[in-house]
Amino acid sequence: MAKPQPARGKRSHADREPLRELRGKAEASRVPDLDKLIHERMRLAIVSALAATDTLGFNELKDLTGATDGNLSVHARKLEDGGYLTCAKRFEGRVPKTEFRLTAAGRRALERYVDHMEALIRAVRDR
Amino acid sequence: MPLPLHAKAEDNLRFIRETMERAGSFTAVSGRGQMAIGATALIAAWLASAAGTSDRWLAVWLGEAAVAVAIAMATTTWKARDHKVPIVSGPARKFALSFVPPMVAGALLTIVLVLRGEFALLPAMWMLLYGAAVVSAGTFSVRVVPFMGACFMLCGAADLVLPAMGNAIMAIAFGGLHLGFGAAIARRHGG
Repeated sequence: MAKPQPARGKRSHADREPLRELRGKAEASRVPDLDKLIHERMRLAIVSALAATDTLGFNELKDLTGATDGNLSVHARKLEDGGYLTCAKRFEGRVPKTEFRLTAAGRRALERYVDHMEALIRAVRDR
Repeated sequence: MPLPLHAKAEDNLRFIRETMERAGSFTAVSGRGQMAIGATALIAAWLASAAGTSDRWLAVWLGEAAVAVAIAMATTTWKARDHKVPIVSGPARKFALSFVPPMVAGALLTIVLVLRGEFALLPAMWMLLYGAAVVSAGTFSVRVVPFMGACFMLCGAADLVLPAMGNAIMAIAFGGLHLGFGAAIARRHGG
């Protein structure tokens, strides 16, 4: 399983400046880099939805996230490549079914992401 | 003007929480349960059409209501257990709290209308209030659920125009809509 890579670069200038400012503080210096893999809204929605339930089918996930077939496939593949979710294909009768499940690494990544967001909020409030 | 960083963080946390709540709501309604309710409602409609008196007609539909509640509770519990999610989750609680008030209103109005002998108004009132309950509770569930509620309200409105068709419209609504939407929920939303 590929190790998930932390997010790097390509943040907007508006995002970078406040982050740099926060990193100057002792509290914010412990804030890790944003995980770019789940920072993207569609992938964050996929990981959040799967964290709430055991498994979700392709159509369920599509309805939940409002994604198109192609969009969901692309983002789910990226998360699968990152080791954040598993994708199982099976047949129910003659109908193919795709089921997604969050991995332990994916759950930890979401927890880290939530911690990161909470740390950012705390850092601003403690100013 | 771009949002401050902490506002973006709060927005992200809100997004995660709302997505998780919506995902949890997938297990609140059992499609197979809805299909079972639809099947018993068709039987009830057939029995009610041959009931002869208003009292028997009412007894059949009240019996069907009790059966439907039992089926809904059992199948919801089984589905939650199969999906390994808690039965009393945030979305499930919101669903119940939105669903119950119109149903209580329906029960009270049923008593009043029956005491006044206004049986002809019962089908429209039941379908309108059940539809309203499903629409409001369905906002915490998958999109197909509030749509089903809206269809019930349309059937209720149709019954106000065609009161003589009450039992047939009840068969279409409580039987047909539950069967059709139940099949869609079962196929697309995990059982």
